Amino acid sequence: MSTPGEIAPRRDSPPYQPGEPVALFIPCYIDQFYPQIGTATADLLRRHGCPVVFPEKQTCCGQPAFNSGYWDEARGVIRHFARTFADHRWIVCPSGSCTAMCRVFFGHVDPDEQVVDVGRRVFELSEFLVDILGVTDTGACFPHKVALHVGCHGLRELGLSDQPLRLLQSVRELEYVDLPNADECCGFGGTFSVKMPGTSIAMGRTKAENVLRSGAEVVASPDVSCLMHFGGIIARDPAMKHIRTMHLAELLNHHA
Amino acid sequence: MPDEPVFHGAPFLKSLNKGLYEPAGSRSLGESTERSSKHNRAVTAEVPQFQEWRRAANAIKAYTVRNLDKLLVEFERNLTARGVEVLWAADAEEANRHVIDIARRNGVTSVVKGKSMVSEEMELNHHFEAAGIRAVETDLGEYIVQLAGQRPTHIVTPALHLSAEDVGRLFAEKLGEPFSAEHQHLTHVARRHLRNEYLKAEMGMSGVNFGLADTGTLVIVENEGNSGLSCSTPPVHVALMGIEKLLPRIEHLPVFLNLLGRSGTGQKLTTYTHFIQGAAPGRKLYVVIIDNGRSQVLRDSAAHMALYCIRCGACLNACPVYRRAGGWAYGWVYPGPIGAVLVPHLVGLDQAGKLPFASSLCGACGEVCPVKIDIPHQLVHLRHRAVNEPSPMRSWTERLTWTLWSWAMRGPLRYRTAMAAVRLGVRLAPYLPWHPGKLGAWTRARALPKVPGPAFRTWWRRKG
Repeated sequence: MSTPGEIAPRRDSPPYQPGEPVALFIPCYIDQFYPQIGTATADLLRRHGCPVVFPEKQTCCGQPAFNSGYWDEARGVIRHFARTFADHRWIVCPSGSCTAMCRVFFGHVDPDEQVVDVGRRVFELSEFLVDILGVTDTGACFPHKVALHVGCHGLRELGLSDQPLRLLQSVRELEYVDLPNADECCGFGGTFSVKMPGTSIAMGRTKAENVLRSGAEVVASPDVSCLMHFGGIIARDPAMKHIRTMHLAELLNHHA
Repeated sequence: MPDEPVFHGAPFLKSLNKGLYEPAGSRSLGESTERSSKHNRAVTAEVPQFQEWRRAANAIKAYTVRNLDKLLVEFERNLTARGVEVLWAADAEEANRHVIDIARRNGVTSVVKGKSMVSEEMELNHHFEAAGIRAVETDLGEYIVQLAGQRPTHIVTPALHLSAEDVGRLFAEKLGEPFSAEHQHLTHVARRHLRNEYLKAEMGMSGVNFGLADTGTLVIVENEGNSGLSCSTPPVHVALMGIEKLLPRIEHLPVFLNLLGRSGTGQKLTTYTHFIQGAAPGRKLYVVIIDNGRSQVLRDSAAHMALYCIRCGACLNACPVYRRAGGWAYGWVYPGPIGAVLVPHLVGLDQAGKLPFASSLCGACGEVCPVKIDIPHQLVHLRHRAVNEPSPMRSWTERLTWTLWSWAMRGPLRYRTAMAAVRLGVRLAPYLPWHPGKLGAWTRARALPKVPGPAFRTWWRRKG
């Protein structure tokens, strides 16, 4: 079992060989509500030489049920995930949170070695680009003031922070601005957002205000679930209507 | 903050949880915790070996909890050899009986108390009052909340929810002092009033930060000197400690002293570290060792880390939920992330089953915990238990929802069908006159995402 503050285990394996196929894991809410993030992810990977496949039987990583305590219900879904991705060596997901579920938490629910092993082959997109492919400059151009929000699961369960930052900072004409209290949770927390809405919204409000204070025109994140939450608060606030939220993959796909 | 609800007898009141859903924490609390947390991070970042210390502390506590039975016996033996009377208490009731009994045997009418969270667990002041014994808290924060008739909102800084103005008004009202909001003045007032109490008291009480099994030593850390005075001024000293407060040997102590000061208050070391080895000649020392639900943790092998806690309060300060909800919202003595982990074991999931859900699972608590308790993972573990055991979170309708969800997520066709329904719901939502349940919880302050054209998988099939 890993402990927060320590980077989650990643299977020791030979490095990525050019031409090896990369399987996309597109989380359910991205698939249905933000399909453009999926296409941006596929484009990015292809542009850096990875043949991309999409196992069409995929559904969900099981996190909503797991975090709600329904581990038996999550287990069935996790096993479906493991069967779907069984033959894929490299699995890339444009969400830190779902990646953390696969890599860190599969073992909590299901000790089956094969299941845990499939979970460990899942990489968050920016992590795959920087750590596995060695790409820090995607060639993007985005002439805006941008702040970065890294979701807590990515930040604390996967140790993600440097990778998305390096990718952002190499974007041409982009002006990076620091987000005050960047590592404080935005309050989404999956079902927490509707189970304890008052507290969740108060946290989201703080995050939105910090984005406003940063002077950013765009807040980018490797996790669109956070953006759906505090972006939803930003969208309702007339004082913040100039602020856009954007998944990192979309931003990295912008060219002049 | 609303008036402090009293919870004598019933350890956990449902209504107290309201603050977790709709934050009611004071501005003062939010600001102070944020400041403490930043300070804590800065101080710990200065120490290159801090992560090694955390790992060492975790390993020492793991050993201690695994060998608790043997270590407790060793501790008792060494205390007894020093002429200390050791009393065991299975629960708060028995502990209260011991303490009142000691007071009666020694003809005590007045008690001074150093800070002890166990004493809060026992509602000891309430029992003193019932027995006609005057008990005065001497820790400044505890003194303030006692005067106000409140409960601590924080385990280290009990009056964190009150501003200096609040305290000034309180002192004016209760002590007849002229109003002032000046910090130094207020501490002088408290000191002047407390000094008489030390001299009057026939019995002093304290908690115990660490009990060293190998020598039967009580280690008490503090900043104000009040615990030292409470232990040493009156002729009788009663120390209260939970069964988990042990360390095997004195060599294990330094790493904990290094961690506790830095994580608790951002100090390299607390101002005072007392080592008590038996009573001075002509004086009496009693140690009451309390279980009060702690052995419940031992029954759950996945939860042992909950007993590693050294009560530094770092997780409270770091927690965005605690900062907004305040301590009382958690309904019992231990608030914040560690409270959400510990309390369900101590009072039972049937009482406190909601607490593990009072978290966005952001992990800030686990990141700062000096003994590396995996708090966010503990929370999910307890959620799993809470929905499967008698608790307010066990619900047939929710179970049914997740069963259906699980079925829908185990095949691509079912997934598409379920998602089509979700998309339709989100599309129709703007036209509904009101939003029920969870949908309403979302839309009361957040826009719903716009439903786009085809899903990614559809696009992939066509063009991918």
